[in-house]
Amino acid sequence: MAAYTITPTFQRVLHAVKRATLHPRCWLLNFRAQYVTTHDWNEKTFDKILIANRGEIACRVIKTCKKMDIRTVAVHSDVDSSSVHVKMADEAVCVGPAPTSKSYLNMDAIMDAIRQTGAQAVHPGYGFLSENKEFARRLAAEGVTFIGPDTHAIQAMGDKIESKLIAKAARVNTIPGFDGVVKDAEEAVKIARELGYPVMIKASAGGGGKGMRIAWSDDETREGFRFSSQEAASSFGDDRLLIEKYIDNPRHIEIQVLADKHGNALWLNERECSIQRRNQKVVEEAPSTFLDPATRRAMGEQAVSLAKAVQYSSAGTVEFLVDSKKNFYFLEMNTRLQVEHPITECITGLDLVQQMIRIAKGYKLQHKQEDIPINGWAIESRVYAEDPYKSFGLPSIGRLSQYEEPVRLSGVRVDSGIQEGSDISIYYDPMISKLVAYGASRADALKKMEAALDNYVIRGVTHNIPLLREIIVHPRFVAGDISTNFLPEVYPDGFKGHPLSAGDRRELLAAAAALHIAAQLRSQRFLGEQRVSAAAQERRHWELCLELEKSVHMLAVSHSRGTYTVEVDGEKVEVSGEWNLASALLPLSINGSHKVLQCLTRSPAGDISLQYLGTTFKVRVLSVLAASLSKHMPEKLPEDTSSILRSPMPGTVVGVAVKPGDTVAVGQEICVIEAMKMQNSMTAAKTAKVKSVHCKTGETVGEGDLLVELE
Amino acid sequence: MATYTLVRSSRFLAGTVATAVIGSRLLHNSRWYSISHLSVQDRIEEKRRAALVGGGQKRIDAQHKRGKLTARERIDLLMDPESFVEYDMFVEHRCADFGMEADHNKYPGDSVVTGQGRINGRLAYVFSQDFTVFGGSLSGAHAQKICKIMDQAMMVGAPVIGLNDSGGARIQEGVESLAGYADIFLRNVMASGVVPQISLIMGPCAGGAVYSPALTDFTFMVKDTSYLFITGPDVVKSVTNEDVTQEELGGARTHTAVSGVAHRAFENDVDALLNLRNFFNFLPLSNKDPAPVTECHDPSDRLVPGLDTLVPFESTKAYDMLDIIHGIVDERDFFEIMPNYAKNIVVGFARMNGRTVGIVGNQPKVASGCLDINSSVKGARFVRFCDAFNIPIITFVDVPGFLPGTAQEYGGIIRHGAKLLFAFAEATVPKITVITRKAYGGAYDVMSSKHLRGDVNYAWPSAEVAVMGAKGAVQIIFRGKENQAEAEAEYVETFANPFPAAVRGFVDDIIQPSTTRKRICRDLEVLASKKQTNPWKKHANIPL
Repeated sequence: MAAYTITPTFQRVLHAVKRATLHPRCWLLNFRAQYVTTHDWNEKTFDKILIANRGEIACRVIKTCKKMDIRTVAVHSDVDSSSVHVKMADEAVCVGPAPTSKSYLNMDAIMDAIRQTGAQAVHPGYGFLSENKEFARRLAAEGVTFIGPDTHAIQAMGDKIESKLIAKAARVNTIPGFDGVVKDAEEAVKIARELGYPVMIKASAGGGGKGMRIAWSDDETREGFRFSSQEAASSFGDDRLLIEKYIDNPRHIEIQVLADKHGNALWLNERECSIQRRNQKVVEEAPSTFLDPATRRAMGEQAVSLAKAVQYSSAGTVEFLVDSKKNFYFLEMNTRLQVEHPITECITGLDLVQQMIRIAKGYKLQHKQEDIPINGWAIESRVYAEDPYKSFGLPSIGRLSQYEEPVRLSGVRVDSGIQEGSDISIYYDPMISKLVAYGASRADALKKMEAALDNYVIRGVTHNIPLLREIIVHPRFVAGDISTNFLPEVYPDGFKGHPLSAGDRRELLAAAAALHIAAQLRSQRFLGEQRVSAAAQERRHWELCLELEKSVHMLAVSHSRGTYTVEVDGEKVEVSGEWNLASALLPLSINGSHKVLQCLTRSPAGDISLQYLGTTFKVRVLSVLAASLSKHMPEKLPEDTSSILRSPMPGTVVGVAVKPGDTVAVGQEICVIEAMKMQNSMTAAKTAKVKSVHCKTGETVGEGDLLVELE
Repeated sequence: MATYTLVRSSRFLAGTVATAVIGSRLLHNSRWYSISHLSVQDRIEEKRRAALVGGGQKRIDAQHKRGKLTARERIDLLMDPESFVEYDMFVEHRCADFGMEADHNKYPGDSVVTGQGRINGRLAYVFSQDFTVFGGSLSGAHAQKICKIMDQAMMVGAPVIGLNDSGGARIQEGVESLAGYADIFLRNVMASGVVPQISLIMGPCAGGAVYSPALTDFTFMVKDTSYLFITGPDVVKSVTNEDVTQEELGGARTHTAVSGVAHRAFENDVDALLNLRNFFNFLPLSNKDPAPVTECHDPSDRLVPGLDTLVPFESTKAYDMLDIIHGIVDERDFFEIMPNYAKNIVVGFARMNGRTVGIVGNQPKVASGCLDINSSVKGARFVRFCDAFNIPIITFVDVPGFLPGTAQEYGGIIRHGAKLLFAFAEATVPKITVITRKAYGGAYDVMSSKHLRGDVNYAWPSAEVAVMGAKGAVQIIFRGKENQAEAEAEYVETFANPFPAAVRGFVDDIIQPSTTRKRICRDLEVLASKKQTNPWKKHANIPL
């Protein structure tokens, strides 16, 4: 979209048209990008901005800078030197080695980069230095603009205790039973008892869900204290903690605010972020199905009054917990651009990054509260490189051997900072992208999200699309009946993938059989070869034996002109498609309905992995002869996993609690693996003696690496 | 007729020894009568039925119990349905000693099933040893059957596939059996380079028998149920006093990872045979046929953006050569040969725009991708196969040199390294080379360089063609001088880039990695009509 070519006059006309139109929705929906960077060319802005971040958010900021004709400087660690944000930026400066503490958190190096490139302003993105008042202070000292709130607001809102006091004073609803900083585990227990369980323990300095644990007992409080303080120390270099009353089964709804340096502030509606795992957001949407206009207005007004109370400027987010009776309590204010800001951009049409830059330059807000619309519905899925089958997502790493974003679908926006060939490493957040679907209605947006997830090609790393795809079609989610406990409630035994109905099963089997035959037929087509017997190609009918999830099905397949008629369990299924065996996507028409499957692997011995409805299923397709002979094949025993402990993910060993000869009990901690700032305690699966220890503290381990062997 | 039938069925219905003995005596006494009473047609049917069950149901069950299929089941799986045409079903062994002449010791077809058929419509000759008949042992007749199909395969120009499952020589036959082996060996040698020969070891293969697979182009094994060794664990124990199991001595793991005798191993019989069908599609039928071209859905001009960022900036950092290969070839389909042996070189078959190509690549992930004895031999044999069968060779070079050390020198790295050099130099098929990073020293020359008649040689921008790495070079050029670091930087500036080779025309172009597939596909199209011959000679003298 070439919005930057629009002249100011025309822009004003457009604005007028937009406001006058009865259905502004349609106007917006014609655009692929779901926000508008209408830059007023008379408005002088920065010449050069340094983006003190990496990955998708760095790319996101650079995109708007380009539209505003601002030159950009990327900073990067040495392993990121050929990453997308570096390529997109006009200049790039290496600020240190891979570990974030030595690169993206290395203020000295970043200050040097600013001096070296002459950047006039710094956009911090989210995470890293975005809410670091020291960084903001050092920038201010050198006359460099920090694109975000001033030091005072960062400090006030960054401190959980102070922020609540300010919130109370600004007549913002706060969580009852709020208490102070914690010194040790016993004090934590004491406070927890006073509040009454459950309580929540988290790092004072950290935002989001990182370092946050919920305790229901004294023991859990002590354990939570230990983990949270360690995590807080490793992530923020500050091990202060906070304990407060935990509201069970709440929704997490946040209000986006935008404030300028002239005392004006707006609320840009809410984002529903209740779908979380381990207190990290997975699926977000705007608006929320739960809020009525009155509650929305009340929350918005409280958010604005809080922003005004701290003389907030720039974009910020006020997080609330909302209980089932629509009572809402202030949780915290994030003084930065949020990960999930795109959905707000979709429904309001505003470019938040552009607004942040304008505000930082000192301009007044362009909009009034009544200008802020809710146009349509936007849903964001956070696509992570992680294994959703292990506690809803344990990090995975690897090289994206194949990668295609579904950007050609209408109403789909993908914010990413990676491309085919990129490495997902253990050093950084394992997020692959933010996949945003935008539609006129929630149902429309959900439908687009389904298609987007089905058409998203990610190979080389394990990803969480199976989980995302299940969430968005789950009846409770579709009905809007969600809370922050959604995942554990819906999947009490952990996520197990898409449960196949009888109809699904038939479709999947038919697709696998048809794919198998298409591949077989292709393998008989030699070009220009005179010495091929034609007999084989005349075959039109096959009997196949398929194995799926340990059940065996006999299928009859017949073929004519790209259409396969497959008889499965007595029912006929018609499958047709282009049968392009090189494409990662397998768009099929199954009994007339359009389905996009993905074929991940196809072995000569008939093993096919198909991604169907988000989940990957393994199907074995054999001729009846091969299947009948397979019964003679020896069963190869899988290794006994109860006596060996393997790393469930790549990471660093931060502690080994046992040595050979020790006796461990079931559930006893054996070692702790840290990956992507998460500490994971590895416990014994049985009571046994430790036979051998294969890891050392400080060592890097890969997924599946042997850690400890038991006898 | 009645007598005859009774005898046969008593044998198959596991009759007692006594009946069998009586039966055979009866048969002897009344032979000419029974023949005269049995119509020829019935006897044909009878023999065919007998041939189809080999050594009988009991032995078939035992074979199945071992997790193995029978000779015929294997052929059924390997060949297209109803395409197999069997030869010599009526051949019987001719041994007259040790009671072998007895009728119950004769099995129509003897211990091997031979014939021809189709794999995906293309002709192949196959022999499948029948372990249920005398343990698949090789009799004169058995060898003769194999020789017959090999002779015909060479005549018509079609590959020979051997499914080996044999206890060894038919001891009762003595020298006749040994002669049989030699007859097969001779044909293996004569057929070498004429038609592709593939051995799939699906059971024991011991003693002299191992040399037939060893002479063929590819030897595949079935994990846990196949063994290859000159002498078994018992003899090993008595001669060298080593305690070793069959599996350790000659199992699939040993031969695919340690000895390099086998080229690949598969999970079980079914898996192996289905994979063999797939592998067969890569091969031309004979040295007179072009490399096959299959229908290809992968665009030949597809860009591979991931390759632009694959090679790390630090030249000491490893990456996976398979990432390049998978990215470039059709549909990421790469049939790797010897994936677990000499892993510092990667060889295997793939397709480019549908046409079979042989791929050779140094693997920086293992031992920095250096050339050593094992990798040189592995590479050389593969290159020679491709050259013999009109398969273009694509070489990806990232080689820091030959591996130094006494182990290598004493082992004869000079002689073995020369094999790879010889093979590349001698090859007249289209040769395309891509230098992805390091091409140092003699190893640069060896890896299908321009100087060895490389047809198209490319360098990626990350390529460095030099005599050695900067550090070593500087230590020699500026020996004893100070400012080594500065000199090193100068050396890097001068040599650690593709220009020195490019200005001399030793590489034809410096290409963007993402365009590699497109370029190679285009070049292969041009080179398809390449004609090059070596000077007449009886044969060359490769440094064996």
